[in-house]
Amino acid sequence: MVAAERPILDADGVRRALTRIAHEILERHQGAEGLLLAGLRRRGVPLAERLAALIQQFEGVAVPVGELDVTMFRDDLQTRGTRSSLQRSSMPQDVTEARVVLVDDVLYTGRTVRAALEAILSYGRPQQIQLAVLVDRGHRELPIRADYVGKNLPTAQGEQVAVRVQEIDGRDEVVLVHQEPASVQAPGVQAPGVQTQEAHSRGTHSRVAGQPGEP
Amino acid sequence: MRRKDVLDLDDFSAEELHEVMETAEAMREVLSRPIKRVPPLRGKTIVNCFYEASTRTRVSFELAGKNLSADVVNVGASGSSVEKGESLVDTTRTLQALGADMVVMRHPHAGAPYLVARELSAAVINAGDGWHAHPTQALLDLFTVRDRLGSLEGRKVVIIGDVLHSRVARSNIWAFTTMGAQVVLCGPPTLIPAGIETAVAEGRRRRWGDGIQSGVQKEHAAVKVQYDLDKACQDADVLMALRIQKERQAGALFPSLREYSRLYGLTQERVARAKFGALVMHPGPMNEGIEIMPEVAYGAQSVIEEQVTNGVAVRMALLYLLAGGHGGRAV
Repeated sequence: MVAAERPILDADGVRRALTRIAHEILERHQGAEGLLLAGLRRRGVPLAERLAALIQQFEGVAVPVGELDVTMFRDDLQTRGTRSSLQRSSMPQDVTEARVVLVDDVLYTGRTVRAALEAILSYGRPQQIQLAVLVDRGHRELPIRADYVGKNLPTAQGEQVAVRVQEIDGRDEVVLVHQEPASVQAPGVQAPGVQTQEAHSRGTHSRVAGQPGEP
Repeated sequence: MRRKDVLDLDDFSAEELHEVMETAEAMREVLSRPIKRVPPLRGKTIVNCFYEASTRTRVSFELAGKNLSADVVNVGASGSSVEKGESLVDTTRTLQALGADMVVMRHPHAGAPYLVARELSAAVINAGDGWHAHPTQALLDLFTVRDRLGSLEGRKVVIIGDVLHSRVARSNIWAFTTMGAQVVLCGPPTLIPAGIETAVAEGRRRRWGDGIQSGVQKEHAAVKVQYDLDKACQDADVLMALRIQKERQAGALFPSLREYSRLYGLTQERVARAKFGALVMHPGPMNEGIEIMPEVAYGAQSVIEEQVTNGVAVRMALLYLLAGGHGGRAV
């Protein structure tokens, strides 16, 4: 059984998608006043930083960027056990009255975003919370949608979307990982050749967003 | 973390200590939020079993459990069935039958939490047993030093006073040496256990073998004894005064408190001998004017209050990591 990767976005594609999202955020908010970008660990954080850099470039306004580790707010801690890879969150300023844009790499079941909503509310009561994702792959299990989407990507549940970013993985790309020959595969079980959760939680490999409930 | 209980730190590897420290940093950030409560231990029950007096440890465990959304129940020796003669194991079995997922235990006798841990499937955390061990105090000491000084590698940590009766000192020896610090024990010869240098070295060797454990240099990771506090303070990065335990001084192990204070009290002159910016620590409660002078305890180099504050974050980290240690598969 071989894991085959189909390219979805290359480095230029990622750059264009982020550029468009940055413009859309500015357009929707009529500027960058009161904005706060909150990146979801891990790969949402560099994406949020890049959006902030683009907004700075377009508008000359420095938008604060926060980092959220939503692990403690996940709804699957009871069944999967608490994890060791708990990272420090940080918010650069009070979120009350801010217009917060959550930034993540892949939107899938929506459970991570639900946890992120609860996490951000522990910092205060923002005026508004929006969601920006690089890839929306469908299969939602909760009533959640993204406000800004880099790429809508219809997928099968057995497939996995890997988002790689320069800051963590050494290159920018989005690929669809699927198994050949097509095999019956339970979600969460990975074929050889696909990086495991353990591996990328140590920061050495790219994220494979395939398992339901993965952060 | 893949262990059921935390009884002492002698079996903690440097990696495990790092894991606790990093998690504690995340927890400290949670404590800085307007809403300090996070939900990971929702539905879990923690029983604090304190058979010995305690303020900071008990309150800090209670807050830690509540901040993680666990249900916390406090049990003391008085007012419980212990007064009717129920044995320790029976009491804790009862607590487990009532639904306790974790038991935090403080006990006057060394080894009591070990006995309980063996009998229960619930996680057991030692919150101090006799003279033996106090792992969560050592973890918060480690966290405080790491937070202020960064790496522990090659640091000189001086533990001053009544090492003989101190469970804090014993657990700290393991914590700091495993992280590569050199621990110097300083006190009157009657209050330093005989042969402790070789006992620690032997304990480490038996646990980790002769090789270098987790990148820690063997020559650093050792314990030395020094009876002269002025000499011990030289080049120190950390000065940790221990409480003179008046309640345990029946055997007249030193002539008088006045003499003790003159020879082993932490004064400003002695702090000045240490490295610039060295940290002053004390596990509390303090006997001000005996083992530590008030101007030192409340001086610029003192991190004694930080130790207490960090205690909540460190205990949250431990409860969080233990909750996932045996139930679910940590992915």
